[in-house]
Amino acid sequence: MTSTLVPPPGAKTRDLSEQDRSAHTRRTVARTLTYVSLVAASVVMLLPLFAVFLTSLKTSRELAQDGGALSLPHNWLNYHNYVTAFRDGKMLSAFWNTSFILLFSITGTVLIGSMAAYAIDRYHFRMRRPVVALFLIGTLVPSVTTQVATFRIINDFGLFDSRWAPILLYTGTDIVSIYIFLQFIRGIPVSLDEAARIDGANSFTIYWRIILPLLKPAIATVVIIKGITVYNDFYIPFLYMPSENLGTISTSLFRFKGPYGAHWEDISAGAILVIVPTLVIFLFLQRFIYNGFTQGATK
Amino acid sequence: MGRSTEDRGPVTRARVWRLVTPWMFLAVPLALLITFTYVPVANMISDSFTDWDGVSPDKNFVGSKNYVELFTRPELFQVFFVSLYYLVASVVQITLALYFATVLSFNLKFRNLFKGILFFPYLINGVAVGFVFLYFFQPGGTLDSVLSLFGAHGHHFWLGSGRMANTSLSGVSVWRFMGLNFVLFLGAIQSIPGELYEASELDGANRWQQFRHIIAPGIRPVLSLSVILAISGSLSVFEIPYIMTGGAAGTQTFVIQTVKLAFQFNKMGLASASAVALLVIILLVTWLQRLLVPDERTDLV
Repeated sequence: MTSTLVPPPGAKTRDLSEQDRSAHTRRTVARTLTYVSLVAASVVMLLPLFAVFLTSLKTSRELAQDGGALSLPHNWLNYHNYVTAFRDGKMLSAFWNTSFILLFSITGTVLIGSMAAYAIDRYHFRMRRPVVALFLIGTLVPSVTTQVATFRIINDFGLFDSRWAPILLYTGTDIVSIYIFLQFIRGIPVSLDEAARIDGANSFTIYWRIILPLLKPAIATVVIIKGITVYNDFYIPFLYMPSENLGTISTSLFRFKGPYGAHWEDISAGAILVIVPTLVIFLFLQRFIYNGFTQGATK
Repeated sequence: MGRSTEDRGPVTRARVWRLVTPWMFLAVPLALLITFTYVPVANMISDSFTDWDGVSPDKNFVGSKNYVELFTRPELFQVFFVSLYYLVASVVQITLALYFATVLSFNLKFRNLFKGILFFPYLINGVAVGFVFLYFFQPGGTLDSVLSLFGAHGHHFWLGSGRMANTSLSGVSVWRFMGLNFVLFLGAIQSIPGELYEASELDGANRWQQFRHIIAPGIRPVLSLSVILAISGSLSVFEIPYIMTGGAAGTQTFVIQTVKLAFQFNKMGLASASAVALLVIILLVTWLQRLLVPDERTDLV
């Protein structure tokens, strides 16, 4: 892969203009190879999605004729499979359940993360180091490993098979967002807090009126990362909300395949239906999404 | 800090408030952290020494029996070999991501378009990705259609046998996660001051030399983070194989096996032991990585 970066072993050239020319050719070749690799990668990334999109527009008879996955549909406006997927896949209730979980877990994560970060950064209480260590060690425990034991705790709280189980888990186990807030809160001058305190504000007012509004960029990062994680998560709703009426985007799509096992036109429509909202949001918020991930993951 | 309260005057209301305030902010986060991270870890460790089935009220202490079983029954241990496919895949993934991040950090036409195309798969719902690739690997599906364009006709069972199926599945994992590594590397490369490139260009450095001496050292922290994520990720693969094959044809991973042991076969003790083993391995890898590549960012505490 790195071959495009390495110049070919240059022929010994005496003539200056000849040297110039060979450097020029070399650069053109390198550039062309770079574009070829980028286009190839783009095809690999897009082709699987494109084939599913084509299939979602075909009728079951077209599919049976077996023109191959890349043959074009007869009618580009055949939305029939989408209707089936939306109705029989219970997508409306899935979108509603997912939105409900998203709203509460994002709000919870932002409040909890920013409160913890505020207390840790602005107060020098005696147990501060142990508390920070507790959060730090917590990041090392991957949640897939503890799920069997966590399951029992949720069950003991009587939250199994309710929307509060994922909400509590998404909110309670997100330690990364505390770090994002902590990094950011350090950049906010303490003199702002002190000025407010002189004006008679108490700690809660300072947190709510001064710190939280100044944390907006960090909040945007957390909302984006959390939003995408929750929208796409399969494991937690699959384990904790088995009822059919509590299906989220992921679990409803998963269950939809059961009865429609061989109907690829319907399954494809379902998959596209779930991908489209992500695509729209990505196109509108591209820059913020990239920033969110670079900030979120490296902290 | 360490002094006791006497020498700072009488305990006033204001002082009590100052002592209590941080705990008011920390109460909920700490309660959640302990309930959903530390209590499960403790329960898991203690369950791993019992024969509990997850339902009945009685648990018997069985010592290290579960651990012995885990490491001596070859069919239970086999899942680790499946992780190797994903580990190899993540090497490919990181290499590709590094190449594309380097290439796209220089000025190119359609730079943002390529960036978007390479990153977007990471944002797609896991179940949808599973279905897209189930269709992709169908006999006569997308991959076979593409191959027939190049003259290789016929229907292949890409998800049929263990070796082929695991290779296909780890290919999906490269497709899905390459974008995240790519964006992380890109962000790190862009935080390297531009003057370094200009200076090196004046000195006559070529792209490879620039990569070797400016980019590689500049992104070392992110690179080492990606390596830990790759290892712990390869050990804890669940979604894609579960959705696509259900763990059939030798594609069962560690997490699929643990979930099945716990929730289908009611072997809570054995499931806990295997979860503890996974946790220990991941912690060990993280610790080793910290030891080998010391982290410059020690300002967290």
